[in-house]
Amino acid sequence: MQTPTATDPRFLRAPPRRGFALSWRDPTVRAIFWQVVILGLVGLGIWWLVENTMRNLEVRKIATGFGFLDREAGLPIGESLIPYSPADTYFRALTVGVLNTLRVAIIGAVLATILGAIIGIARLSKNWLVAKCAAVYVEVLRDLPLLLQLLFWYALLQGLPGPRQALNPFGSVYLSNRGIKFPWIEWQEAHSAALIALILGAIATWGLSRLFTARQMATGVRPRLWPWAIVLLVGLPLGVWWAMGAPFTVDRPVLRGFNFRGGGTITPEFAALLFGLVLYTAAFVAEIVRAGILAVHQGQWEAAAALGLPRGLQLRLVILPQALRVIIPPMTSQYLNITKNSSLAVAIGYQDIVSIANTTINQTGQAIEGIAIIMLVYLTISLTISLFMNWYNARIALKER
Amino acid sequence: MTPPSAEAATLGAAPAIDRRPPSFAVGPIAWLRANLFSSWLSTAVTLALAYVLVSWTLSFVNWAVVNAIWDVPGTGQQVDTSACRAARGEGACWALIGEKYRFILFGLYPFDEQWRPALVVVIFVGLYAISAMRRFWRKELAIIWLAALSVIGVLMWGGIFGLPFVEQERWGGLVITLILATFGIAFAFPLSILVALGRRQTSMPAVKALCVVYIELIRGVPLISLLFMASVMFPLFLPEGMNIDKLLRAQIAIILFAAAYLAEVVRGGLQAIPKGQYEAADALGLTYWQKTGLIILPQALKISIPPLVNTFIGMFKDTSLVLIIGIFDLLNTAKTSIIEPAWQGFGVEAYLFVAAIYFVFCFAMSKYSQDLERELDKGRRR
Repeated sequence: MQTPTATDPRFLRAPPRRGFALSWRDPTVRAIFWQVVILGLVGLGIWWLVENTMRNLEVRKIATGFGFLDREAGLPIGESLIPYSPADTYFRALTVGVLNTLRVAIIGAVLATILGAIIGIARLSKNWLVAKCAAVYVEVLRDLPLLLQLLFWYALLQGLPGPRQALNPFGSVYLSNRGIKFPWIEWQEAHSAALIALILGAIATWGLSRLFTARQMATGVRPRLWPWAIVLLVGLPLGVWWAMGAPFTVDRPVLRGFNFRGGGTITPEFAALLFGLVLYTAAFVAEIVRAGILAVHQGQWEAAAALGLPRGLQLRLVILPQALRVIIPPMTSQYLNITKNSSLAVAIGYQDIVSIANTTINQTGQAIEGIAIIMLVYLTISLTISLFMNWYNARIALKER
Repeated sequence: MTPPSAEAATLGAAPAIDRRPPSFAVGPIAWLRANLFSSWLSTAVTLALAYVLVSWTLSFVNWAVVNAIWDVPGTGQQVDTSACRAARGEGACWALIGEKYRFILFGLYPFDEQWRPALVVVIFVGLYAISAMRRFWRKELAIIWLAALSVIGVLMWGGIFGLPFVEQERWGGLVITLILATFGIAFAFPLSILVALGRRQTSMPAVKALCVVYIELIRGVPLISLLFMASVMFPLFLPEGMNIDKLLRAQIAIILFAAAYLAEVVRGGLQAIPKGQYEAADALGLTYWQKTGLIILPQALKISIPPLVNTFIGMFKDTSLVLIIGIFDLLNTAKTSIIEPAWQGFGVEAYLFVAAIYFVFCFAMSKYSQDLERELDKGRRR
């Protein structure tokens, strides 16, 4: 920095003070004026709409408010994660809808990430046939409307034979126009306890792994994790299950009359929605993964190889952390998309929040409240995903100075 | 082949004889070795994939061509689809398309007048083609668009020039899809520029907040909720006696939806302009709108053209969602064409037919966007 000298004319007088003049030439005055005008116009528009709505509601004798949520819904719901009967309230019905939305969105996001990563890497394969197949997949799936794909898969599943001529690809798995039937264990308390033990074990393993990393930082030696992991992830749940009597009965689907009894079910609606969402989103995820890997400089591979790392560790320790920085932000919008796109369920009859809210609107006439609930649910989900992904993104971001 | 070099001759060495490189180094065999059979694993994957592809292709050809039913006796209500039913699962029923393609493409538009929507489709395609050519990227393009859209309005409604009037409720099919997408972009684009500019107004916090709320609110909810709003809540918003038809309400919802997404694309372009450009424009004494219109937007929009095309492709696909509120777009006419008992269960054929149409439009646009990106990048790579 240059030391100011008395000869520099810039330092001979103080900078001009920015005064405030009530004049059109003052940018601050203009800014305030335009803001008042724009806000006034928007406010006026909103007031006009609200006024009209109030009058229309009065004329049509529609009572506003969320009181209807406590009334009996009387709408049947095909699949539900929590106990539900048509005698329950609208509030419970809508909760079932939210859970159904979350179910398809979460399973869909996980599967789409896995499938998308495989296809994205396949598109970079040195094998020409593999790369071309992945490229064709991405181009075709991306260029067709999702709703069309959903209707297509639904039509295909509906075209399957009835339960009596159900396809039987293997074991006790049956494919029919009533959905996919598969054997499932009879769920008892011991299984829930084992599941909780597994989750606790996973948390403990993660904590141990962090502890061992800290010890490696301090001493340079990393204690072996895998014996602990086996005990915590396999031994603990099995021990709990065994201690509670080790119940194990397989419930196989059996044809009784015109339909199957017992076993687990995937309904055609859920299958078509999940299938369509996963295949469609995977095409976008594949492009993101491909771009992310291509964005990492070739020199990084070479430098990692020069350090003597084997190929797997090169990818895991050097390439992937850098590729993730490019991959995470667009992945966030893909997860948001899959959640929002799950609302297309209404077209094929899977009862998500949009479908149930729509039925509620038709039954009660509470259009404004119904749509407000839909929007609120999606805004909350979107905001949660955004916050989580921003946190994760900040964690893996390049640490600069 | 280059002639034996003079150097070799002067050194007294025998001139090198031209020889072909070995066949495993160049040529198709070398290519196969490098790209399909480079290792045991690669060979195994290639063979497995090739087997799957060949068997799928054969069974698809069997279904779609060899065993397909192309024609069934009878038309309209007296159609006899027993041949299709018998071939169910083994052969496609393309007779459905032969019988219903006019309905799928043009909906319930009066049969004798269907040359009008057909012409409209041609005009739309021509409009896209002209807009895609860089030599037409001038102010005149706006006039061409205005003229084309008015001609389309005249053709669809009729009522003048001796064309019989056709009410909007009878429009349907491909035309509705093209109208929703094109009018959507034509109105959403200017709106999105205003919103994007508003979001960058640091000196006007209230305007900025308004734009942020608008963008984030719209982007946080699915399009379906906006379409539901358009179909059930818009009538409540308007004063008594004032009524907008359903197509226009859906169109407004699509415009509002698209504008929020386009605004983010435009904002990306605005952010990419170096600060020096703003300062230079200020130094020239330009007003805000002169600065924006003459210096900033031409550069910002050029950068954002490829993502804008991608957003447009997304919008084109998303217009199919109007099916849910009961508007007869291309997808809904396909879905409706199989409602008659005679044609029930042939959804796969109908959907494949419209999928081909959607694919042609979207694939062309996506290829164009990729080429354009490469083309526009040339200047920066130099």
